[in-house]
Amino acid sequence: MRTYIFYKLLHAVGVAFIVSMVSFILLFYTADPASMLLPETADDADIAAFEKDLGLDQPLIVQYGNWLARIVFEGDFGNSWVAKVPASSLIGVALWPTLKLALIAQFIATIVAIPLGMVSAVKRYSLIDNITTFIVLVGQAMPLFWLGIMLMIVFGVWLQWLPTSGSETWVHLILPAVTLASFTLPLNMRLVRSGMLEVLSQDYVRTARAKGVPRSGVLMKHAFRNAAIPLVTVTGVQFGALLGGAVVTETVFAWPGLGRLAVESIQVGDFPVVQGVVLILSAFTIVANLVADIGAAWIDPRIRFE
Amino acid sequence: MNNVSPTAPIGDSHQDHKPSPLSVVLKRMWQLRMGVFGFLLVLLLIGSAIFAPVVATHDPLEQDIISRLTPPSFLEGGDSTYLLGTDQLGRDLFSRIVYGARISLMIGLSAVLVSMVIGVLLGLAAGYFGGKVDAVVDFLVNAMLAFPFILLAMTLVIVLGASMENIILALGLSNWPIFARVTRIETMKLREQEFVLAAIAQGLSHVRIVLKHILSNLAAPILVIATVEIARAIIRETFLSFLGLGIQPPTPSWGLMLAEGRDYMLTVWWLSTLPGFAIFLAALGINLVGDALRDLLDPRMRKG
Repeated sequence: MRTYIFYKLLHAVGVAFIVSMVSFILLFYTADPASMLLPETADDADIAAFEKDLGLDQPLIVQYGNWLARIVFEGDFGNSWVAKVPASSLIGVALWPTLKLALIAQFIATIVAIPLGMVSAVKRYSLIDNITTFIVLVGQAMPLFWLGIMLMIVFGVWLQWLPTSGSETWVHLILPAVTLASFTLPLNMRLVRSGMLEVLSQDYVRTARAKGVPRSGVLMKHAFRNAAIPLVTVTGVQFGALLGGAVVTETVFAWPGLGRLAVESIQVGDFPVVQGVVLILSAFTIVANLVADIGAAWIDPRIRFE
Repeated sequence: MNNVSPTAPIGDSHQDHKPSPLSVVLKRMWQLRMGVFGFLLVLLLIGSAIFAPVVATHDPLEQDIISRLTPPSFLEGGDSTYLLGTDQLGRDLFSRIVYGARISLMIGLSAVLVSMVIGVLLGLAAGYFGGKVDAVVDFLVNAMLAFPFILLAMTLVIVLGASMENIILALGLSNWPIFARVTRIETMKLREQEFVLAAIAQGLSHVRIVLKHILSNLAAPILVIATVEIARAIIRETFLSFLGLGIQPPTPSWGLMLAEGRDYMLTVWWLSTLPGFAIFLAALGINLVGDALRDLLDPRMRKG
């Protein structure tokens, strides 16, 4: 297990390194800080002095090294070109709302997907199975931002039950969280269902039944534990997609998280902030993948030896 | 987890629970019917795209300020000349949705083609040669998957500039890992098959083995994934356009129409709802065709 974790950790660090390099290069080729930050009257000498000041006259590799070192050792993503404050402070403020949204959405999706997926596997072709199939079909074709807008129209404008924007109370969280949950729900349901179907036909499940283990015991202990493995792995792998979905959801509901921060920063060309958000979201995805890998290996010892 | 059992009244024995033959037949028919339904939706999408000038009742760019924000003809206050009503500039919503099919279909197909070419080539190389090549590709795939996809595509659009070609490139470049992953795994499996080992023993060139013996066997799974990815690319394009980072006005893109309609959400609900419904139907149709293809091409992948 220790070797396995070490190997996975090394892999994660390598991936993080690549991610940092790509986002640095994207910024380097995109950004022209001089034109963003200097007044239009600045002449070539001003621009040269300014670029020297920012270290832009140094070789690319040196710039990358300095930039990475500042992020890793000082948590310094540079200053926002628009708000003129450290990008890290903007990101810090927006971090918790996004995590709150993503975690609650994942929680909703999981608690809906597990019972529905299990029932539809145990009772194939039943009403609940058909409902599950239907939700999966519709959910996969539904543009997230459209669903968000329709929920806003129905529950916010027509019925006036829920607020359509803002983030002051937990009530504000309901519509965005439900919208984002609908994004991961179809996949989660399909995984639980197919996982259970596969496990239920295994010999050890029949053996357990034959030796008189109660039905619920078989379902929970023998079947579900094994069927949950793909769910754990995929939840981790899909965490990046979930954060991507959060970007969409936050934009629609004006939720003050990282996604909206990134979208607004992209639109005004505030690249240090964009880069910071990309790095933070990627870091979360990498950590989620790592946790999922280790979690799966912990549930299923076979994985450790592959 | 205990809340599961009450809602799951398991039959006499869940282990031996076999669905009755009748319900299985019904299920198969239902699935087949869904496939046909999806096929019809896709035909509708392709038909609208190709025959847009014939199907549309108005010029999608023609403004008629006097009759702006007319409700759809089936609602109170509707006008029969404007089937689905008009937008904030008095443009015919129906015609704009019909023309929007062109944009969506073109971007969906081209973006998937870009990711497919990159992904399949890398996946083939990784699966066939294994070792270091495999390690590098696996690493790239993981790094790509760690990026927040939508931010990557948005950044690329900003870097390249918002035009049709660049949206296709941005969506294509950020979505190849799924093709690489599947191709890699399938190639690895095929590489151990006897007919491939025999071809290697015969001394055939790598290119020939890969093209003739491996790629031909990969066509089915790749086609199935490509179908589903077209639907996803269409949804992603509409989101980019929704944010103003995709198709630029006044071109009729479903995402752009949705974004413009959002400003009138409080009073004119159909303006944002109907283009979204078009996106939904297109994606649903393509997904259903994908499911049907999977059933037809590879019975092993059949779900349920």
